[in-house]
Amino acid sequence: MAEPVVEIEVEIQNAEGLHMRPAMQFVDLAGRFASSVTVSNNDVSADAKSIMQMTMLAAGRGSRLRIRAEGADAALAVEALKELAEKILSSSESRPAESKKEG
Amino acid sequence: MEIKKGIAASPGIAICRAMVIDSKNYRIPRRSIMASQRADEVKRVRSAFAAAILELDELEAAKQIEEGKIRDIFAVHSRFLRDKSFRKRITDFIEKELVTAEYAVSVILREIASHFESIDDEYISERVADIYDIERRLLTHLLGKVAEEVEHLREEVVIVAYDLAPTQTASFNKTFVKGFATEKGGRTSHTAIIARSLGIPAVVALGDLMSSVTTQSMVIIDGKRGVVIVDPDEETLEDYQTYARQFLEFEHELDALRDLPSVTKDDVPITLLGNVEFPDEAEYVLRKGGQGIGLYRTEFLYLYGGSEPTEEDHYQAYSEVARIMDGKPIVIRTMDLGADKLPHTTRHPHEANPVLGLRSIRYCLQNLPLFKTQLRAILRASVVGDVRMMLPLITTMQEMRQAKMILRDVMEDLDEYAVPYNAQMPVGIMIETPSSALMAGLLATESDFFSIGTNDLIQYTLAVDRANEHVSSLFSAAEPAILLLLRSVIHDAHKSGIGLSVCGEVASDPEFIMLLLGMGVRVLSMAAPMIPEVKKIIRSVTLEECNQLARKVATMDSQRQIKNILRDAASRILPGTY
Repeated sequence: MAEPVVEIEVEIQNAEGLHMRPAMQFVDLAGRFASSVTVSNNDVSADAKSIMQMTMLAAGRGSRLRIRAEGADAALAVEALKELAEKILSSSESRPAESKKEG
Repeated sequence: MEIKKGIAASPGIAICRAMVIDSKNYRIPRRSIMASQRADEVKRVRSAFAAAILELDELEAAKQIEEGKIRDIFAVHSRFLRDKSFRKRITDFIEKELVTAEYAVSVILREIASHFESIDDEYISERVADIYDIERRLLTHLLGKVAEEVEHLREEVVIVAYDLAPTQTASFNKTFVKGFATEKGGRTSHTAIIARSLGIPAVVALGDLMSSVTTQSMVIIDGKRGVVIVDPDEETLEDYQTYARQFLEFEHELDALRDLPSVTKDDVPITLLGNVEFPDEAEYVLRKGGQGIGLYRTEFLYLYGGSEPTEEDHYQAYSEVARIMDGKPIVIRTMDLGADKLPHTTRHPHEANPVLGLRSIRYCLQNLPLFKTQLRAILRASVVGDVRMMLPLITTMQEMRQAKMILRDVMEDLDEYAVPYNAQMPVGIMIETPSSALMAGLLATESDFFSIGTNDLIQYTLAVDRANEHVSSLFSAAEPAILLLLRSVIHDAHKSGIGLSVCGEVASDPEFIMLLLGMGVRVLSMAAPMIPEVKKIIRSVTLEECNQLARKVATMDSQRQIKNILRDAASRILPGTY
């Protein structure tokens, strides 16, 4: 039974990289979807629902992250995560971002 | 079976299950568990996680935390603790490696930390602090459970630890603690003193011990030989059970000596006094046949509780002992701590060499309010019993004069308020530095008595740190240099007609009793449990035998030779104990 797979790539542009707070927001959001979500940085990949694994990706400025979701809501998940990534990882101002509730 | 050698800190034999106490302040050693304990350790990890999450949620919710950054930190930490893959990494490690929860937590967190450390990006490497914070939080919960267990023990155990702090030993349920074994420490460390005062065996300075002992281990502590045996084999266990029985029988036999006088066979009286740390030990000294207290250490007043002791704290502690001793002499030693040991002094400069630093009388002379508080209390207690005062670590005449001048100041203050005290209270000094030993003749003009503290005297004279395993074998009271100093101090004290006692470890070493008597010592002060055995030796010898031995030793130039002749003499008197 093939589950839908959706994959995209985002670039980290802020100085702090995928720091604790962005990682936390990312993990919180990924956790809302049924799909399994993996994020890879070069050849290292992490479960997007695990803060330990996500922070250990050690994705600094300039890293390209591949976000891959597999499951019924894969498309939704990737779309939401991409939106969050663009918001919190594109500028050096990451503080005010409060993750959006998904419907 | 594993045999570890350390320093014998308190005599006796304990054969018991081990209770291992880790400390989050030191490296957690690798400690194995049995396959059957896996589930228990995993459960401990889970409850530590649960407790830590609860705690973090409370912190995060706390209203006073307005600062978003701090709240974020708690939020991130609690995400980590809720991360199943993180917890699984720890529990998998326990299952696979068969180690304790503490060790698994510390290894996994350190792995993660070193991963962050290795990344060349300052934002990322800063996360290391978060990881260590999470580690400490988890360990606090794991160790807190252990601490609770020790408080509520209901079966006999021996405590195995890296080192023990006064705050820890104070909370132990002492009825069930049958012995101590620690990696650190020396004969004069807190663990050793507590063990001797409780009359339970202790071996300290065992080096790596924590990794060989598990909570399931059977441990033998031989506090006489300084040996700890982990998981003994059948034969060793039987040997020790027999040995422990003999030891107890010997103790009982010695207890019968309590009411017999402490005199040599040729009727020379020898005064036997007790060294105490806590007021309630005074009873114990009397029970063991002690004729007074030759050394009342007062450091406990400064080490317990978070603040400096008040005059009333001091007075209560001293007058209680004075009442218990009921007219028998009590020698109170003034504070003998280094600045580095005082919990309530926040500002003390780092000392590269604390043993040669601002400690003991030196600290007191530089902190007069603290010193005067203690002196006032001692003077007030001097009317409750036969209280005497002793100054530690005196090295020069000037220090001696300065201390006595301060004492006179305090007396004048008391006069002003008409507070009663004994104006003739004897004031003596510890002879524990080569300098004071060499100056003994002059110091005697300002002192009412000397008490020789052999531990420090040996350390300073031979320049040996006995806690340093590489040189500890050089630490010996039988070195001719030490005996030369002792002889000269004894001579000077006698010539000046002032009191002299020995309160160091040598005073209770069966091998040294005859020699000390032969050298002219008539007062010995020691840990209470040692009094009966020393009395037995005294009652088994004539002073003439002791004098002969001392004369023979005086002609010898090697520590080994002296040690051998002392051992031979002692084993003739106490056959069976050697």
